[in-house]
Amino acid sequence: MSERILDIVGLTKVYGSVRANEDITMHVDRGEIVALLGENGAGKSTLVKQIFGLGRPDAGTITINGDPAKIKDPTDASARGIGMVHQHFQLVPVMTVAENVILGHEPTKGLSLNLSAARALVTEISERHGLAVDPDATIEDLPVGTQQRVEIIKALSRQVDLLILDEPTAVLTPQETDELLAVMKELAAAGTSIVFITHKLREVLAVADRVYVLRRGKTVGEVRAADTDAAGLAQMMVGRSVVLQVDKADPQVGDEVLKVDDLHVLDDRKLPAVNGFTVAVRAGEIVGVAGVEGNGQRELVEAIAGMRRPVSGTVSLSGKDITTADPHATHAAGLGHIPEDREKHGLVSGYSIADNLVLNRFDEPEFTSGVMRDFGAIKENAANWIQVFDIRTPSGELPASSLSGGNKQKVVVAREMSAKPKLLLAAQPTRGVDVGSIEFIHRRIVEARDAGAAVLLVSAELDEILSLSDRIAVVHAGKVVAEMPAAGADRTKIGELMAGGHHEG
Amino acid sequence: MTQWLAKNKSAAIIALVVLVVAYGFWAMSPDKATSMLRFAWTLSIPLVLGALTGVIGERSGIVNIGIEGQMLAAAFTGFFVAANTGNLWLGVLSGLLVGAVMGAFLAWIAVVFQVDQIILGVVMNIVATGVTSFYYVQGKVLPSAMPTFSIPLLSDLPLVGVFFQGGPIALLTLFTVLGTWYALFRTRWGLRTRAIGEYPTAADTAGIGVNKMRIINTTIAGLLAGAAGVFMSMEQTSSFARDMSAGKGFLALAIMIFGAWFPGRALAAALFFGLASAVASQLQADKVVDIPQQFVNLLPYVLTLLVLALAAGRVRAPASEGIPFVKGEGS
Repeated sequence: MSERILDIVGLTKVYGSVRANEDITMHVDRGEIVALLGENGAGKSTLVKQIFGLGRPDAGTITINGDPAKIKDPTDASARGIGMVHQHFQLVPVMTVAENVILGHEPTKGLSLNLSAARALVTEISERHGLAVDPDATIEDLPVGTQQRVEIIKALSRQVDLLILDEPTAVLTPQETDELLAVMKELAAAGTSIVFITHKLREVLAVADRVYVLRRGKTVGEVRAADTDAAGLAQMMVGRSVVLQVDKADPQVGDEVLKVDDLHVLDDRKLPAVNGFTVAVRAGEIVGVAGVEGNGQRELVEAIAGMRRPVSGTVSLSGKDITTADPHATHAAGLGHIPEDREKHGLVSGYSIADNLVLNRFDEPEFTSGVMRDFGAIKENAANWIQVFDIRTPSGELPASSLSGGNKQKVVVAREMSAKPKLLLAAQPTRGVDVGSIEFIHRRIVEARDAGAAVLLVSAELDEILSLSDRIAVVHAGKVVAEMPAAGADRTKIGELMAGGHHEG
Repeated sequence: MTQWLAKNKSAAIIALVVLVVAYGFWAMSPDKATSMLRFAWTLSIPLVLGALTGVIGERSGIVNIGIEGQMLAAAFTGFFVAANTGNLWLGVLSGLLVGAVMGAFLAWIAVVFQVDQIILGVVMNIVATGVTSFYYVQGKVLPSAMPTFSIPLLSDLPLVGVFFQGGPIALLTLFTVLGTWYALFRTRWGLRTRAIGEYPTAADTAGIGVNKMRIINTTIAGLLAGAAGVFMSMEQTSSFARDMSAGKGFLALAIMIFGAWFPGRALAAALFFGLASAVASQLQADKVVDIPQQFVNLLPYVLTLLVLALAAGRVRAPASEGIPFVKGEGS
């Protein structure tokens, strides 16, 4: 039998009244890649944080390399051969790669830091594992994928037996993801064990040896990756079968609803973000904007929604010019907007769910009586949408902040749909949302389209774009670089275009 | 060296121009030039020390606007301990300690109770003004003047010799600037200090005790604010006056920003302020311009406004300054 690096028996972690982890038993052998798969809130992050000493189990044992002693803190975990790459990179942006790698275990020469030893260390690890990076580069100048490489080098510089990766691919382009997966395989072959958290089935199947599926804090399944497929894993995650491919009829395309013509928009730093974006969306179709984040999507969406004033170009909705309209006016013109950042732009956290559900229409006759608000109508409206959208809450009177991410998003989607918009502008509509809610929201978006709405979908999830869209516009550097029908679109090709590759033909 | 020059071209050019002008002036009128530089350097010393207090604190993530209060309290304590005990050095030591204790207090309250650091600093300033004014008595004198030293050879240099002669605090200031730069940018302590001020969770996951280090650093930095205060009441003058810090603690913060949180640049910035005042005083003494003394005294503050307006947006503060670090949040 191969060497056991990590052995967890009966682990339970309780936060207040929530059992974040309950009776979890798992193990990792040397050189093995183990995936932790589960919906948001299933307890994956809680589990790995305890392995890394950020939080102690309330019951059960974690045994590392045969030693069952409690893990005191991250320093203790590192000393015992555990390394972790956090979802939010733990790198100091203004420092160099070498300085970040040695932070906390700095080589010194007399009183001084030995930076040449640090550089040599980085070069040595990067050459050994094919993780190309310049030791003298400043972190903030590096692309996300490279920063992640630095994180891995940082972990490896401490002699790790077990490397924990918390949602490592969430921020990567498809190409970067493939590179990372290759690195993971290489590391495992060299004897490093890897535990990685994800909710992307494709990655699990591509690299993992074994998979633990978590649901509501419990392990609900352990399978060898070779013995399962995407549908099987998804079913285990949500406890029922999920339709991964969204079923939708052929689009019944009508008149042109949204017309964006040669739009130029600046970002917060006053630098050009959208550079001559042109797209048209007709009633009854979903146009997906695919692209790596930071290629002007946010500014595009904000410009259309009236939250940001374009420098030049026009936006029109059903023939009405809304280029410089404010959000109230764009709403009046028939725009429904599911914003990218629901906490900041989608909800007022301190307001009740009922009030949040009428944020866009609180001043319309339906919800007012004279100058007063009609609380009866507001309450009735809330009760209706809570039921229709299956928003999990004991009462519509509770503040929106009491909801989980998926349910918050349902509130936003319900509200925007309730106005029956001519154009639905959906930015990252399922970000940070569990699989069950994703499926639900997807179905609602398709329903809106079938009811004759034009939908502009902006998403960093290529899978989402591919499964929902009728047409796909690939954006790079603030511009549409290619447009194609979604049927038969090739994900590799789109990935290349997203990364700035040229479109042939 | 060549690399440094390539990176700091404008700084090198400015330094060269200043040198040429200064020595040109010196060649024309050696006594006047030397006395002006001495005047400027004397004004600069508390500013530099105060700015270094700010640099160390903010690089560690603690915003200290109580430097003014630290200086004043240290000036008061140093002077009266020396006057009452008859021991000059006991005075110096207690002045330094008061600076350190106030730094420790600020950091401790900020870290443990997560009280807003700006409010804490304001409170410290008010308390220092109140207490020192209340307990102030007239007619005390120091047992003796502070001894002065001069470093052989270096102090004989034309013009710049003034940097290498004077009381103990004046002499140590240059070395403190150098030492702080070395410590911040060349040692393990410095790397960790900069990390906890920029991105504390990264330091925490690397096993560095963020909050402990913040308290220790702010305390050490307090020694420098203390030294600035002691300099004012025991070296620059030999008396304590109510509110004698006169906004120098705030000026020091402006210099810290103008110096972009770098010790060497803070020194240059402080000298710039000092020289501006020296030139203004000289012009008036020579009757070249005839403006009331009050306007001349106003000059450093007007310059502060101008400089901050110019520096704003060009320099970048440590990202996590003023934000309490709580383990487990944000990762």
